[in-house]
Amino acid sequence: MAHRWTNTLTLNDATPRDVFLNRRQLIAGAAAGVGLVALAGQARAQDAALEPNSYEDITQYNNYYEFGTGKTDPAANAHTLTTSPWEVQIDGMVDKPGAYAMADIMDAMTIEERIYRFRCVEAWSMVIPWNGFELADLLDMAGVQSGAKYVAFETALRPDEMPGVRFPVLDWPYVEGLRLDEAMHPLTIMATGIYGKDIPNQNGAPMRLVVPWKYGFKSIKSIVRITLTDQEPPTSWNKANAREYGFYSNVNPEVSHPRWSQASERVVGGGLFAKRQPTLMFNGYEEEVASLYEGMDLKANF
Amino acid sequence: MSVVDRINGFARKVPTWAVYILYILPAPYFFYLALTGGLGPDPVKPLEHEYGEIALQLLIIGLCITPLRQYFGLNLIKFRRTFGVLAFTYVTLHLLVWAVLDVQSINRVVEDIIKRPYITIGMAGFLLLLPLALTSNNWSVRRLGPKWRQLHKLTYVAVILGGVHYIWLVKGIQLEPLIYMAVILGLLALRLRPRKRASAAA
Repeated sequence: MAHRWTNTLTLNDATPRDVFLNRRQLIAGAAAGVGLVALAGQARAQDAALEPNSYEDITQYNNYYEFGTGKTDPAANAHTLTTSPWEVQIDGMVDKPGAYAMADIMDAMTIEERIYRFRCVEAWSMVIPWNGFELADLLDMAGVQSGAKYVAFETALRPDEMPGVRFPVLDWPYVEGLRLDEAMHPLTIMATGIYGKDIPNQNGAPMRLVVPWKYGFKSIKSIVRITLTDQEPPTSWNKANAREYGFYSNVNPEVSHPRWSQASERVVGGGLFAKRQPTLMFNGYEEEVASLYEGMDLKANF
Repeated sequence: MSVVDRINGFARKVPTWAVYILYILPAPYFFYLALTGGLGPDPVKPLEHEYGEIALQLLIIGLCITPLRQYFGLNLIKFRRTFGVLAFTYVTLHLLVWAVLDVQSINRVVEDIIKRPYITIGMAGFLLLLPLALTSNNWSVRRLGPKWRQLHKLTYVAVILGGVHYIWLVKGIQLEPLIYMAVILGLLALRLRPRKRASAAA
């Protein structure tokens, strides 16, 4: 079953091409010495309407440390990743464990578009038009057993194809996890495309998780393994620094990262003088997901 | 004429203002790139980081000058103050980009300086450099006499704070800030060894 959730943002919210180009000209004009005041005004006006980022922004500005820690490293290096053929091992507490071929998964799933806000823990944000399917549908395909409480995910680890894993920035392979109810939530998707095109390697091809109300690092890329379990699974950033990165990592403007405030964010694509935008509780998906955490202390369970 | 003599001869002819101009050029260049999309779609952070990294490099260049004379006989002392003042300039630009373009709020700037240790450390480094920048003129050198040399050893503390600030601000364990720190500690370690090579030879 698909189409359980409907976007409030549509492709009509995307920046029309002439406006997009006009913005570039304005920036160039300002740089030529026309003046910066007009530019600052322009940047402020853009905040009023939430609009998807350009394909270029989304695919040239990435955190994917397996391909380097710089924002442009993944776009430069990820072409080496072999994404076809691709298999996803689904195991643990499922009725039908095994290696699922990506092609078979795609045949079984209904691909739909989801335009989501994307908030990085580093306090920048984008709006991304994903294509994908609900994780619940994939988990149903494998048959989740009744005792399962969590879902663990693992990214491919291929030293020959991933120059970034030579240095232990993190304990490779990258691993992530969700509570089962978070994983089954209709907002939680497996993304296989952006702007209607196959998802580029630097964005996590061939299949990545997208959990829009959590910080971006929870949305693990290039998944090779999904394990259903009754134990809270280890997660990479939590292992690296438990004080800074919790298991839940829900977007929460009231809970600071120890090294920076999470109360506001820089909107990617806004330019040098863009005003910061206030960060929304659960990244703007409070209505949809707040009930998952009822009665929980979100400061303690950050 | 040896290579060292040639370099020393060349250095004598190069006016310090030429070095000022050469090393200040990256500041408007990166600002222009940030403005025109050359630093990517989120230009504030890269601009902030470029200025910070150049500041750290200039502090390190400043630390190289004494060992270069001690070990190789290269006399670049007249540029030491130039690099120091340039480093302070870039630290100030780094701080301004962070406060004005990134954080955008005086309250939050103050809050960050108090609450976030890596920012506290960076700010402490800036404050240590402040009296050094203010006394980087001939009048102060004459006025302070031997105290001037003592005062300017604060650079050693400031550069270590800068190195720690860098290691602390990155996510995970990254190589580049560790290399910077190793170079800084190496250059400072050279100063712990006996000052005069002649005494070792004797």
